[in-house]
Amino acid sequence: MRTDTADVERPATAPAFQQIGLGRRLKNNLATTVFLIAFGVAVVPLLWVLITLLREGLVPLLDPDWWYHSFYGLLPNDFGGGIYHALVGTILQTLVCAVISVPLGVAVGVFLIEYGQNSRLARTATFMVDILSGLPSIVAGLFIYALWITTFGFPKSGFAVSLSLVLLMLPVVVRTTETMLRIVPDELREASYALGVPKWKTILKVVLPTALSGILTGIMLGLARVMGETAPLLILVGYARSINFNLFQGNMASLPLAIYTERKTPTDAGDYRMWGAALTLVLLIMLINLLATLLSRLFAVKTK
Amino acid sequence: MTDSTKPEQYLEGTGDADASRGAPEENPGPEAPIPARESRSDKSVVRLGDRVFRSVATGSGAFVVATIAAIGIFLLIRAIPALQANEVNFLFSREWRTGDPDNLRFGIIDLAWITVASSLVALLLAMPIACGIALFLTQYAPRILARPFAYIVDLLAAVPSVIYGLWGALVLAPVINPFAVWLNNNLGWIPIFADGNIPAGSGRNVFTAGVVLAVMILPIITGVTREVFERTPTTQIEGALALGATKWEVIRTTVWPFGRNGFIGGSMLGLGRALGETVALTIILSTTFEAPSYSIFDAGATFASKIALGSAEFNHNLTVGAYISAGLVLFVITFAVNALARWIESSSGKGKE
Repeated sequence: MRTDTADVERPATAPAFQQIGLGRRLKNNLATTVFLIAFGVAVVPLLWVLITLLREGLVPLLDPDWWYHSFYGLLPNDFGGGIYHALVGTILQTLVCAVISVPLGVAVGVFLIEYGQNSRLARTATFMVDILSGLPSIVAGLFIYALWITTFGFPKSGFAVSLSLVLLMLPVVVRTTETMLRIVPDELREASYALGVPKWKTILKVVLPTALSGILTGIMLGLARVMGETAPLLILVGYARSINFNLFQGNMASLPLAIYTERKTPTDAGDYRMWGAALTLVLLIMLINLLATLLSRLFAVKTK
Repeated sequence: MTDSTKPEQYLEGTGDADASRGAPEENPGPEAPIPARESRSDKSVVRLGDRVFRSVATGSGAFVVATIAAIGIFLLIRAIPALQANEVNFLFSREWRTGDPDNLRFGIIDLAWITVASSLVALLLAMPIACGIALFLTQYAPRILARPFAYIVDLLAAVPSVIYGLWGALVLAPVINPFAVWLNNNLGWIPIFADGNIPAGSGRNVFTAGVVLAVMILPIITGVTREVFERTPTTQIEGALALGATKWEVIRTTVWPFGRNGFIGGSMLGLGRALGETVALTIILSTTFEAPSYSIFDAGATFASKIALGSAEFNHNLTVGAYISAGLVLFVITFAVNALARWIESSSGKGKE
C-alpha cells in the first residue's frame, strides 16, 4: 500500500489506526456506511411487500369459509367466498410438474456427475441447463402452446401448465442434484465398488441416499419457485371460479391466476379476493421454504 | 433461491474429486478377486443394469439439450408463416394489428424500446446496491450474521412476480410518483426524462417498472457477486492488510479486481431475468395506443407483457404466430444475454488463486 517504510520500521504502538491519515480514515468510514445502507435499502422493499400483504390480505384469511369455498357464483360486489378452487389448482399443477421434473432432473444430475465426466454431451447439457434456468417463463409457455396446443391439438388445460412449469423447475433440480452429488465423498463410492456392488446400484443405494436431503431441499425450493409463476398460466389455461379437479379438461384456477384475474374486478370485493389470494400464495411458498430448511436440517449430509 | 448459494461452501477443497472419479469405473466388481484371469480381454463386462442406468442418465442429458433446440425450432416453425404474412417490416414497424389474419401488421420496435429501457433502469438501480450488499455480507457482516442476512436478501427472490406487480402498481407507484414528476419537471430537457406518452405522475410507466424490476433482480445479482467476492484469496487480503491498508483499500485493491468479472456476469444474469419478466410488467405498465417517445415516463408493453396481454386473442394460427415471433426474439435475446453472463462469470477469478 501507500504506507511509507518509516511507518513499517517503527514498532506498532498501541492503536495502529492512529497512524492513518484523516482522508483515508474518512474514506474507509464512508465506504462502511455506504455498504450498510445498501443492505438496508434491500430490506425495505421486502418488509414493505410483506406488511402490505398482511395489512390487505389478513382479513379474508381469518374467515373460515376462505379455506373450503370457491369464488363460484360471487357477484363483483360480494365479499366472502374462498380460495379452495385455486389451492386445488396450484397444488395439482405443481404436483404433476414435480412428478415429471424430479426423476428427469435427478437423472440429468446423475448423468452429469457420474457418467458424463467431461464429455461433450455433458458440457453441452450443463450449458443448456444454464440457458434453461434463464428462460423467460412466458417463452416456456409459448413453447408449450406451440408444441402441445397447436401442433398436437390438445385443448388448453392445467396439464399444459404443468408441462411448461417442468421447463422452469428442471434446471433447479438438475443444479441441486449436481451440487449435492459432487460433495458425496468418493470414499463411499469406492467402498461400494470394493464390495462388488455394480455402479448403478452404488448410485441408487449409496450415492443418491447420501445426497438425498440436499436434493429434497432443492426440489422444495424449485416447487416454491414454480408455484408463483403466472406468465405461462395466462396462455395455457383459462381461469375458473369453481372447483375443477380435472387437469386435462376445462378451465382451472390457481393462486397466481386468481390474483391476476381478480385484480380486474374494480370493486373493493375484488381487491379483497385479490389480496387474500396473494397472502395465501406467499404463505404457501413460505411454508414450503420452511419445510425445505427443516428437511436440510433433519437429514444434513454427513461429509467425513 | 438458496439453491446455488448454500451447497457452495462444501465445495471448498473437493475440486479434485472429479479427476479421481474415473478410476472406480474400471473396477470390474466381483471379478476383481479372481487373479487367475489375467487376460484383460473381457474387462468390459458390463451388467444389464449398468447399461440401462447409463442410457437412462445419458438420455436425460440429451433430452435437456434437445429441449432447448426444440424450443427454438418450434417457435421458429410457428413464427415463419406469420412473418411471411406480415404486411409491414417486422423489426422497424411501430404497428401491432394482429386481429385480422388476412391483414397482419406487426413490428417490434416499440416493444424492444420498452423492454430494454425498463431493464436498463432496473440494472442501473440494482447494480450498485447489489454490489454494496455483497461487500457488506462478505467483508463487514460478522460471520454469524452473514448467513441470516443473506437469507433475508434471498427472500426477495421467493416473492412471486405477480405480487411485485400488485405492490408496484398499487403501493409503490403512488409513493415514487412525486419523484418522477420532479425528474420530469427539472431534468425534462434530457430526452429520457422528457414527457412520455402518459403523464409522468400517473406511475404506470417504465420508471416504476424499472424500480420494481430492480427489486426483483437484486437477489440474483447479489447472490452471484457474493459468491465471487467470498472466493477472494485470503493471502491477497492478508497481504493488503499487512501493508497497512484500511478495509476500504483492501476491497479496492483485492476484492474488487478479483470479483469484478463475477459481478458483471451476475448483473448480466439479472438483465436476462429483467428482460423476460412478464406479469409484474403486465400489471404495472398501462397500455396505451400512443407510440412511446423514448422517455422513461413512457407506458406501453414489453415483449413478454405484450404476449401475455395478447393471449386473449390467441384464436388463429397466424395471430398466434405474430406473438410467437415476438417470443422468438425474446428467446434469442435472453439466450444471448445468459450465455454471455455464464461466459463472463466462468472466466472470472480463474488462474488467480
